[in-house]
Amino acid sequence: MAEKVLMKGNEAIAEAAILAGCRHYFGYPITPQTEIAAYLAKRMPKIGGCFLQAESEIAAINMVYGVASAGKRVMTSSSSPGISLKGEGLSYLAGSDLPALVVNVQRGGPGLGGIQPSQSDYFQATRGGGHGDYRMIVLAPASAQEMADLTIKGFDLADNYRVTCMLLADGTMGQMMEPVELPAPVEPSVGKPWAVTGTEGKRRHNIINSLSLVPEELEQLNFARFERYAEIERKEPMWESFMAEDADIVVVAFGIAARVSKNAVVAARESGIKAGLIRPITLWPFPKQPLAEAAQKAKHFISVELSMGQMIEDVQLAIRCSRPVTLCNRVGGMIPTPEQVLESIRSANRR
Amino acid sequence: MTVFEKPKSLTDAPFHYCPGCTHGIIHRLVAEAIDGLGIEGVTVGVAPVGCAVMAYNYFACDMVEAAHGRAPAVATGLKRAMPDRIVFTYQGDGDLASIGMAETVHSATRNENITVIFVNNAIYGMTGGQMAPTSLPGQVTQTSPYGRDVKTVGYPIRVCEMLSQLDGPAYIERVAVNNVKNVRNAGKAIRKAFENQINGRGFSLVEVVSSCPTNWGMTPQNALRWVEENMIPYYPLGVFKDRTAEEVK
Amino acid sequence: MATVQILIAGFGGQGVLFAGKCLAYKGLLEGKQVSWLPSYGPEMRGGTANCSVILSDTPVGSPIVSSPDVLTVMNLPSLEKYEHAAKKGAKIFIDSSMIEKQVSRTDVEAFYVPATKMAGELGLHTLANMILVGKMIRETGMVRFDDFEEGLKKVVSAKHADLLGANLTAVKAGYEYFTERK
Repeated sequence: MAEKVLMKGNEAIAEAAILAGCRHYFGYPITPQTEIAAYLAKRMPKIGGCFLQAESEIAAINMVYGVASAGKRVMTSSSSPGISLKGEGLSYLAGSDLPALVVNVQRGGPGLGGIQPSQSDYFQATRGGGHGDYRMIVLAPASAQEMADLTIKGFDLADNYRVTCMLLADGTMGQMMEPVELPAPVEPSVGKPWAVTGTEGKRRHNIINSLSLVPEELEQLNFARFERYAEIERKEPMWESFMAEDADIVVVAFGIAARVSKNAVVAARESGIKAGLIRPITLWPFPKQPLAEAAQKAKHFISVELSMGQMIEDVQLAIRCSRPVTLCNRVGGMIPTPEQVLESIRSANRR
Repeated sequence: MTVFEKPKSLTDAPFHYCPGCTHGIIHRLVAEAIDGLGIEGVTVGVAPVGCAVMAYNYFACDMVEAAHGRAPAVATGLKRAMPDRIVFTYQGDGDLASIGMAETVHSATRNENITVIFVNNAIYGMTGGQMAPTSLPGQVTQTSPYGRDVKTVGYPIRVCEMLSQLDGPAYIERVAVNNVKNVRNAGKAIRKAFENQINGRGFSLVEVVSSCPTNWGMTPQNALRWVEENMIPYYPLGVFKDRTAEEVK
Repeated sequence: MATVQILIAGFGGQGVLFAGKCLAYKGLLEGKQVSWLPSYGPEMRGGTANCSVILSDTPVGSPIVSSPDVLTVMNLPSLEKYEHAAKKGAKIFIDSSMIEKQVSRTDVEAFYVPATKMAGELGLHTLANMILVGKMIRETGMVRFDDFEEGLKKVVSAKHADLLGANLTAVKAGYEYFTERK
């Protein structure tokens, strides 16, 4: 077993990217994720990798597009306003079926907003963020350990399905230090015969492209892409279920909100209320099945979010509105306290 | 005896370009340079958004289609991932000098070891003839129907002059393709821009002053005359920066 | 001890984040579950900074400490901001050379340590934070004192290895500083 080290979540992402075989990182400074860039600026030159501070978020995501076209693992990271700028690139990556890992350490918005933690980019992430019909796999870590593990998982998923994978964290997850056991380095195993590495005169030229001017052809490309998305929805949902099996009140929360909610669920159980927590680890694909199952027993759902209520819509869809779902939230960089979540649980239990 | 044939680095796909358009000539010059240097199998091209958007169908090497203006950033990624490959971008004036100006300037100042072919025909062709960052003062376009009024929309940008002020770039030259002599010079410049990359010299940009008979509303011959009489006086031909004679550090 | 929630607060530059890190690392080496969460942003540049540290025998839920069991304050604004957040029975450590005011609550235990003054007298000008760490360990027993050096080695970077001794001296001075219980 590897030694446990105390790492900031942001640093855990950076080191895990290296362990995943990523040797190219492009970024632009923005709080609260700059440790990722700082860490890789130090590390990459020492291992023959490339760290480049791009002139803009837009340039950074297009450099990512270039490296992904060459068939290599590549990452960029930013925080909410920067991710909006990357929206164009995210759409092109999807349209060209390129694998990449994009990290969003969220802060409060809209606009310039604040720099404190938030989860208000849930819609942007789970619905794509750019134009056109597409999806990204969205992973929501809730500990420094998961910041590392899901980074590696994200690279694998991206390669396997030729999609962009987004790690959706928040300022707390990025800044918090926790023990991390770093996994062993992995060798990327997925072949990329589509990559533009030069024909060497041995094959017809490869083209990385999202343009298709014939409607019939573009329709087919969309159909094919959504078949892959359907496979992802079947195979890849991930979640953690905590005391949810017999729960009357099911709290649904991800990331830092799930950490806070766990305390509240424990406190509720201590006071005799059967509360449980379902923590989506993949936000897309959303883990509908455990929620639908829980709805057969539970009488009430609570969506705990650092937003004005975004994931709550997916919770309602997953249980087909068969049970009431209430929102327990703080926004603008504020985080709900365990006491606030406990009060929501109590009030749901009184109904 | 064969006296004229298609370069190996062009595919058999017929060009979609308008009659009299000079993109065909410039494509051919790029392909001849790649053939001449024997680098087709190790070259990756980046196509722009604009008239040359489908250049990926015409060049026989591996190709990437970039978002509008982002070709130098995409090329940066490609070159950083594969330093042993030859990477070029092929971009128009709207792509390179308007929406993609930041990417252009910063890849130049980083002296990114790539080759940029910049086709300046002073108009947005693909979208039907709107004012470009390089449209001449007084030039009538769809979005400057009374002629480009420099008092309200500002002046054209001379890309070579501007980039040559930077310490970074290795080689900046402006050429034209309006007559045989200029076409020959253009071919030499483009070849040199690729050679520079092979020799690790860094950012090399060749601006090709070009014509757009369709959107200028002229016959091809008159368009070439307009290049001579209006474009070249505003965009003088020549080498604006050449650090390739310096020692490589 | 199942879980200890610690909040350390002061001006940016007083080393509150570092003090928290030392405790977290020592806890980790003792096999505890730990988390360390700093405030971040403009307050790092001279405003008030704080960090939440949790040491626990069970997995840490929320890493945010809003009602601490152990509160350490190094400036007046921090005392005023957090005194009333502390749990009933909490231990509050105060750098009394920086804060003249006393704790107004009677349901907590307060320890007044003139840490900044002591640090100056010992020639350890920037290590008032570590003096308070020593006192915190003495009064709470949340981590062991005898092999504290092991935790410290993890947080003092190789570049500053020469400062290890000074840090230890400061922790020891704090550990041995006697206060009357109030």
